[in-house]
Amino acid sequence: MLNFTIRRLVLAVPTLLFISLVIFLLLELAPGDPMAQVPLTVPPEVKEKMREALGLGQPMHIRFWKWIVQFFWIEPQVLVDAMFGTTFSEGDLRVISWQTRSPVMDIVVQRIPQTLWVVGTAYVVAILIALPIGIYSAYRQYSWFDQMGTFVSMIGFSVPPFFSGVLVIVIFSVQLGWFPSIYDTTLVVNSWDSFMLQLKQMIMPVMVLALQITAQLSRFMRASMLDNLNQDYVRTARAKGLSEYTVVMVHVLRNSMIPVVTVIALGIPAIFGGAIITEQVFKVNGIGQLLIGAIQANDLPMVQTLTFIFAVLIVVFNLIADVLYGILDPRIRYD
Amino acid sequence: MTDHDRTDTLVPDEGLAPASTALPTADVMEELATPPRSQWRDVWDQFKTHKGAMIGAILFIIIVAGVYLGPYLWSIDPTQIDIRSRNQGPSWAHPFGTDQLGRDILARMMSGGQTSVSVGITAMLLALFLGSLVGVVAGFFRRLDGPLMRLTDLFLALPLLPLLLVMMLLFREPLSATFGLERGIFILIVCAIGITSWMPTARIVRGDVLAIKEREFVLAARSIGTSNTQIITRHILPNVLSPIMVSATLGIATAIITESALSFLGLGFPPDFPTWGRLLFDGVDYLQQYPERVFWPGLAISLTVLSVNYLGDGLRDALDPRIRGR
Repeated sequence: MLNFTIRRLVLAVPTLLFISLVIFLLLELAPGDPMAQVPLTVPPEVKEKMREALGLGQPMHIRFWKWIVQFFWIEPQVLVDAMFGTTFSEGDLRVISWQTRSPVMDIVVQRIPQTLWVVGTAYVVAILIALPIGIYSAYRQYSWFDQMGTFVSMIGFSVPPFFSGVLVIVIFSVQLGWFPSIYDTTLVVNSWDSFMLQLKQMIMPVMVLALQITAQLSRFMRASMLDNLNQDYVRTARAKGLSEYTVVMVHVLRNSMIPVVTVIALGIPAIFGGAIITEQVFKVNGIGQLLIGAIQANDLPMVQTLTFIFAVLIVVFNLIADVLYGILDPRIRYD
Repeated sequence: MTDHDRTDTLVPDEGLAPASTALPTADVMEELATPPRSQWRDVWDQFKTHKGAMIGAILFIIIVAGVYLGPYLWSIDPTQIDIRSRNQGPSWAHPFGTDQLGRDILARMMSGGQTSVSVGITAMLLALFLGSLVGVVAGFFRRLDGPLMRLTDLFLALPLLPLLLVMMLLFREPLSATFGLERGIFILIVCAIGITSWMPTARIVRGDVLAIKEREFVLAARSIGTSNTQIITRHILPNVLSPIMVSATLGIATAIITESALSFLGLGFPPDFPTWGRLLFDGVDYLQQYPERVFWPGLAISLTVLSVNYLGDGLRDALDPRIRGR
């Protein structure tokens, strides 16, 4: 198992390097000049100095190397410093945002809790809804419940979050006035009332995100259950005289969960990406909105770092899914 | 067996071999007398039994026809500004009302739909071409399999939506300067979506090619000296057509959603060239007073995607010979 994990870890390194190179080159080779917004009255030599101040003076490979060092060596040191009060990173140059002139990671760290709250809650809610639906639809295949489940998940696939989000705002916030349409991130939860407010403002974004995830997960759970329900070991379990509950919920469910667990792990980074749109609809100032803001302000270091964080999430969760599959299903390990 | 009905005509040995060994009974003679049913006839018969797919197909045809032929019947110019009749509700003159500049929303929906649907179809074709190319080459030539599949894995690990947004940011101006505003953005969006969505097709096609190239009819074709190119185009490609068609329908759905998402985030088409996503984005500002402005484009996107998804579902069942017999 350790061997298997190490092999996967080693494979992740070139993937991450390739992705960082793609992101870097995309921003590098793109036509367009970060100095384009500077007025024409500024003389060229001053422009050249500004360019150097932004770190644009050196050749491409040196800047790529510097960025890699900043991201993988200096930023972790900053993290350690912040956690234990040490001074490893003193005097080192960090990735600086062109918008705010402050380190990019500091801003990201400020924004991540908002995203995590909304996305995390949505994911948990979706799993809690999707698994029972999937199990029951498979157990009663082609029943009206199954047909309804199929239809609802088709809708979940087809209605994009920017429409379902706006729709729930129209219904629950404009027409009924139950929930606020804008997510207030300055709210501090310290009493029952503020907790209720937080709950209220979270319901709509969570609902929108959860609908999409539920649609995919419940389909997957159903398919996985159906694969197992006709296997020989199920017949054996029934022949032994086990109760139907034990057969389905213990024997079949445990085996069906193996691929579902990995799909759940694989889905997490996609949800972060998808949350960009939901955050935009409900004005949650998480990392998705930070990315959109940075793109509109042409803040390349910020865009670079954020895109790379999304890529790291994908690679890390792919790794987790692989290892989980290996732990849950011993047959996989010896490939 | 229906899968290689068509290849039988290309490889004559295969179809004749069983007939010469067995003594034909009356039963078999009768079966031989009836003309063989074509594979597409079987597919169509199976497709017809899938109610959701039929409704989806009809709905999709209606939407596409309405969007492309509608402007001939409803001849109001979508860009015509009539400031005196702005923000009107539904009436006979403007069935969907007018927007804040007095432009007719029905006409804008039609022209927006044209852009959305053509972006969807073109991007799907591009993704399909790239995906089939990579899939066939990886499946057919063993030496290229490893590198091409690693490349596919790497592409799958890219964060797509953020990258699409970055591409839109960086290449928007130079491309619209070269090709004109509308066409430049069209090319950019189609290429961006195509380049980032070919991977699932490549994987599925590769899997099928790997299985098919070991079959006897490929061996037969090779033994009579058919070149690789001809084996691929005449024997392999027709047999991997079904997974390609299924990913085509699903590709249209994802492409339309992605384009609308980009437009919704303000990084798609400029406001003068409405798409459904852009109309939705513009409608959000007037959400409180005129919620129907958000509703119509959103409904159009959802219905198109829903119909295409059902179409793909039915197509998958109809093209799968294991399900078709039942």
